[in-house]
Amino acid sequence: MRAERTAAVVLRQFYLLRGSPARVLPLFAWVAIDIVLWGFFTRYLNTVAEPGFDFVPALLGAVLLWDFFTRVMHGVTTAFLEDVWSRNFLNVFASPLKISEYVAGLVVATVATSAVGLAAMLVLAAAVFGLSFAAYGALLVPFLLVLFLFGIALGVVGCAIVLRLGPASEWFIWPLPALISPFAGVFYPLSALPPWMQTAARALPPSYVFEGMRAVVSGEAPPAGSLLWGAALAVLYVLLACWLFTRVHRQAVRTGLIARYSAESVS
Amino acid sequence: MDGTNVLSVEGLRKVYGATVAVDGVSFAVRPGEVVGLLGPNGAGKTTTINMVLGVLEPTAGRVLVEGLDLARQRSRALERTNFAAVYAPLPGNLTVAQNLRVFGMLYGVARLSQRIEELLEEFDLLPFRDAKSGVLSSGEQTRAALAKAMLNRPHLLLLDEPTASLDPATAREIRARMRSFAAGECGVLWTSHNMYEVEEVCDRVLFLSKGRVLLEGDPKTLPSEHGLRTLEELFITAAREPLTLERE
Repeated sequence: MRAERTAAVVLRQFYLLRGSPARVLPLFAWVAIDIVLWGFFTRYLNTVAEPGFDFVPALLGAVLLWDFFTRVMHGVTTAFLEDVWSRNFLNVFASPLKISEYVAGLVVATVATSAVGLAAMLVLAAAVFGLSFAAYGALLVPFLLVLFLFGIALGVVGCAIVLRLGPASEWFIWPLPALISPFAGVFYPLSALPPWMQTAARALPPSYVFEGMRAVVSGEAPPAGSLLWGAALAVLYVLLACWLFTRVHRQAVRTGLIARYSAESVS
Repeated sequence: MDGTNVLSVEGLRKVYGATVAVDGVSFAVRPGEVVGLLGPNGAGKTTTINMVLGVLEPTAGRVLVEGLDLARQRSRALERTNFAAVYAPLPGNLTVAQNLRVFGMLYGVARLSQRIEELLEEFDLLPFRDAKSGVLSSGEQTRAALAKAMLNRPHLLLLDEPTASLDPATAREIRARMRSFAAGECGVLWTSHNMYEVEEVCDRVLFLSKGRVLLEGDPKTLPSEHGLRTLEELFITAAREPLTLERE
């Protein structure tokens, strides 16, 4: 791998963001709206619920973490779709760039864009609704890391879907996080799910994050073992997603899709 | 097809289901040579070029760039290659200078800032340095794409109808520039439907028909060798009645 080629992919994303407020705004606008909406909702719940239970960390914290995951996933796919929308495949893939360098560039660019979203959410949640993750300190890092890795994995799978099925299939990939959310136990413990959904949830790294966060918020020790298992699953999914993307890219080179995506509009 | 060729194409074949798009094409491009790849629409020119660029996998055959097998040493082979095509403009949402920087990094160009300045000047793009590529006229976009194609001083340059959207004066200038560039160690594979241009620029032409090389030779003498007056007549005959030429 050559770092300069990966840096070129990142630089392209930076130039796009720098030159277009329409691209910068979604990095924090939607997550900010979510925080405001759920922030007021949790405040209201705190007023009507029994004293002793604080909805702010339980619900607003869950929203914040879930939005971070979604932001990561969309960060990867949006960076990839920029090349689809500008019909840049031929220029990019006829260059010496390797697939591993390209995917690495998408991931590095996503680190930057998702960090912007996360910072905006943390500031807003703390300043307006008094949700401070500072109390959890470094404990938060492994939770975020698992969500980041799974977001990357799902984002790369989304890229593979678009590469395989064509630009119009981008509409399949935007709702992917929403499809996963009922199984991930974002707002409720996994025990609330029927057995078959619990089985499916155990295959999803975010379920370990949200179960763990609920334990931490209610004052229990962080479940290191299950979080480690969630991290291992997330790493496995990243590897599987990269393998899938490489396979789909090879197939696209075999069938001529790469050239066609540049030369014409393919639905 | 020895190691001195910048490009060696050996038995290249591409099959889509029952359709044979390219059928056993072999040719070579030597350093300093401009080779015209001609043929009617659907003859297999762009398919051949896509295989040489590594974005389309051949069903059979191989592509060697300065002796490097494209299938096995893709990145190293493509570091010595570049291209410009009418259907692959630079991303319109970046400025000309930004595009040149991004592609310069992808091709590992040394002293990139200096190289960008040289190319902006050479292709009369200095006034458009900070203009988004998408708002340029088609002629300016072509010049920007050509500047990108020259970034890494390629040893193999593929130009797919490079002057198609240029006015006659600019097209002549570009032809002269490409011709002088090819006078060095660079080999050029050039496709065009403009036979006047082909005659002026190319040292050798290959006529493709139905995915096969029908004719090969000097564009100035090839028509008379087949009893025709001009390259255009030869092109039309090759497109409409390829069998009459094959028999000869």
